[in-house]
Amino acid sequence: MAKPTASLEELVDRHGPHLSYEPPGGFAARAHADRKVKTHCCFCGQQCGVQLLVQNERVVGVEPWEEFPFNGGKLCPKGVKRYLQNNHPDRLLQPMVRTGNGFGRIPWDEALDLVVERVRRLQERHGPDSVAILSGASLTNEKAYLMGKFARLAVGTRHIDYNGRLCMVAAGAANLKAFGIDRAANPWADIPATDLVLVLGSNVSECSPITTDYIWRARDRGAKLVVVDPRLTPIARTADLYLPVRPGRDSALLNAILNVVIRRGGVDHAFVAAHTSGFDEVLRTVERYTPEAVAREVGIPAARIVEAAEMWVQAPRTFLLHARGIEHHTKGVDNVLACINLVLATGKIGKPGCGYATITGQGNGQGGREHGQRCNQLPGARDIENPAHRAHVAAMWGVEPDVLPGKGYTAPQIVEAIHRGEIRGLVSLCFNPLVSLPDATFTREALERLEFFTAIDFFLSETARHADLVLPGSLQEEDEGTVTSAEGRVIRIRKAVEPPGEARADWRIVCDLARRFGQGERFAFAGPEEIFAELSRLSAGGVADYSGITWDKIERQMGVFWPCPAPDHPGTPRLFEGGRFAHADGRARFHAVEYRPPAETTDDAYPIILTTGRVVSQFLSGTQTRRIGPLVEQYPEPRVELHPKLAAKLGVADGERVRVSSRRGALELTAQVVATIRPDTVFIPYHWPGAWSANLLTLRAYDPVAGIPEFKVAAVRIEKLEISHAAALH
Amino acid sequence: MQQLFIDGNRCIGCRACVEACSECPGHGGFSMIHLDDLERATTVQTSPTVCMHCDDPACASVCPADAIKTDAAGVVLSASVERCIGCGSCALACPFGVPKIDARRELMMKCDLCYDRTSEGLAPMCATVCPSGALFYGTREEVQDRRLARPLDVFAFGDRVVSTRNAVMAPVPVARVEVGVWQVPARSRAELQLEEALCD
Repeated sequence: MAKPTASLEELVDRHGPHLSYEPPGGFAARAHADRKVKTHCCFCGQQCGVQLLVQNERVVGVEPWEEFPFNGGKLCPKGVKRYLQNNHPDRLLQPMVRTGNGFGRIPWDEALDLVVERVRRLQERHGPDSVAILSGASLTNEKAYLMGKFARLAVGTRHIDYNGRLCMVAAGAANLKAFGIDRAANPWADIPATDLVLVLGSNVSECSPITTDYIWRARDRGAKLVVVDPRLTPIARTADLYLPVRPGRDSALLNAILNVVIRRGGVDHAFVAAHTSGFDEVLRTVERYTPEAVAREVGIPAARIVEAAEMWVQAPRTFLLHARGIEHHTKGVDNVLACINLVLATGKIGKPGCGYATITGQGNGQGGREHGQRCNQLPGARDIENPAHRAHVAAMWGVEPDVLPGKGYTAPQIVEAIHRGEIRGLVSLCFNPLVSLPDATFTREALERLEFFTAIDFFLSETARHADLVLPGSLQEEDEGTVTSAEGRVIRIRKAVEPPGEARADWRIVCDLARRFGQGERFAFAGPEEIFAELSRLSAGGVADYSGITWDKIERQMGVFWPCPAPDHPGTPRLFEGGRFAHADGRARFHAVEYRPPAETTDDAYPIILTTGRVVSQFLSGTQTRRIGPLVEQYPEPRVELHPKLAAKLGVADGERVRVSSRRGALELTAQVVATIRPDTVFIPYHWPGAWSANLLTLRAYDPVAGIPEFKVAAVRIEKLEISHAAALH
Repeated sequence: MQQLFIDGNRCIGCRACVEACSECPGHGGFSMIHLDDLERATTVQTSPTVCMHCDDPACASVCPADAIKTDAAGVVLSASVERCIGCGSCALACPFGVPKIDARRELMMKCDLCYDRTSEGLAPMCATVCPSGALFYGTREEVQDRRLARPLDVFAFGDRVVSTRNAVMAPVPVARVEVGVWQVPARSRAELQLEEALCD
């Protein structure tokens, strides 16, 4: 049973999180850098260009990279202080095996042999699918590709999925349905040229800060800004129109906006007739969604909904942006489809300054979802259940198609299968489900039931504390590769330094394991560039076609937008020009969306809506950012945001301690009383583990198509704590 | 002339400027930027304060050790390490509340417009990284060409009028700002629209 054998205090003492504040030797020791390595930030999907300063083969600082076109030197605080993750006291430096008290050292060869021996033993007893792989969307394209191939050929399990399941899959599934392709429709350079920016469920200023400047550059030309969010975020504060939607009601709101757009004559009938199909059913459906009919449910006066629709109709060019706020729902796919219906009905896509995009969240949120590390996918964004796609990939890999396993479980389904004993072994790379999945108590129970768990990581994440074996992998700046940014731009990640101690590049670890699994000849890569060559060759003819991209071309062009199907092809910054979509008939598809309430609605026992999200100084499960001192100081511990009206009803003042409870669990937090959130809704950021984990409260309810959890709506109650409790150890 | 333009309306409170300031080679890990929540209970409005580089700097005028110098380009430098006695007179005198006193080192530190960078033609760290454009480094012509907001560099504190090298951006053209006690913050349109939220 994979329970930690040392106490929490001992594990924290040995492996952190500890806080790093200064470069090696302190700021005074930092002189002129030996070299500046042009690469990208390791955190979000914006993938800002940045230069890492290297002195004596150590990363000692950062210098903005002003020539990189996407961010032109701009960075958020995470990008500025990201370098402090290197030379970190918590860095895993050698393979570790679980002992009676925490972890002890084990030589690499023994460790790798142990993985293969234990995985094979489980598979012999319980079948090939008794072992699962979890991987991450912060991994390079090369690693994402390698993990999919490793799972299917070396381990031979159908269960591989990635933490993009918690991020991009609702948008991805909806884009694929509507457009036949899953990528931002426009480059960000189109945002400043638009006349109206509509932002739904995206705290742009904290979660994709660089996008703020793009929006302001549009506003500098007179463009309007409309923001839909239950919280009055920094980007919403100055909006021309702010719609404080009740969490979980987005599809009703979007249908109502389209209802008014249609009545105001905003439909581009020529575009709809020439380039789309399925509009009639949408017409029939949205007819019932008048602003008056939905106002109470969505929590916004009808007049404001009408105003939004009128602004949309009046703007010659529009740019619709959305993110997790509308996607982390049991109807995440529906919400995205409802956005796309609005864009398609008005023909506002595929033109300069006029388009649509989801703001992909994770570092390689785009590329990480294209190269085959998803449970339902093969490289080139191919479908694992499509016989032609299987045959193509099998031939390229030199195996028979029936060797390839079928569709596996999503990441949350893998954890549920571990919990019920169906999956007994786990190999994870760059995934911290104990913090990031909903219902953390359940996740912990599942991890404790694993019979064998290997974690490859650079820090001992909360999840990795449960591992039998920990293999020290590489930080982003310790390996070469590529990622694909939120725009669909393939860019180069450059190695600044070697992995320290006995730590190894992730791709080497995976290839070494594959060799021990008897698949050495299919994993005989000399380095990541060879892996890229294979993945790009294999992607030829697929939806995500990288076949005309080389590392050299990426460097020459400052990134290449896929699809790029030939060496002389410049790449495709803007999709759908001339109304040509990626479905076989060239048409986009409308999808009529009926509003469904959230999985859990409020009642007398749990009368308050909880929504979760991020703060600007932390990233996802915090494995990296909770170790960077200046970032932790910005926002040291989670607080629960609530409106003064709700606070008054509860008798809670700002700064007082409260207990927030749901049907899954409870946590004690400090109240932050602010008039910048709906009075029926509270907000808790989710970056922390243990007693500070917002995911103690969230529920295991998923979108039926995409499998994304409903992080954005749960029912809670709040009680004031009369005695002040000491901050929980985490 | 390259100047720093500060547009509080665009500020998103991310503190990238604060973190970047501490990374400037000459700053030794110390940030000289103030990033304030105006009144978090009612608004997410934040405000970055960097040195305005006054044409006639009060900090230098009151310094008993003559530790604060202005260079030929009008940049008011941080206190000379050799001269500064850490008395804090400058911090009291500055109308914008800029100087910070490092008590341990008995030293005043303030924005020197990233002297190490600007003297080499680079923009200051804060304005280079600012993701919203709330801090912008360039010429007056550039900022007027690119933005609807207008630069403003004359501030009246009662009878005392201060003109500055750096400028703040005002939503509408004004010749000078009368600095006084205001109801902070005035509510934005979005803040009023939140009050209309239907909750039942």
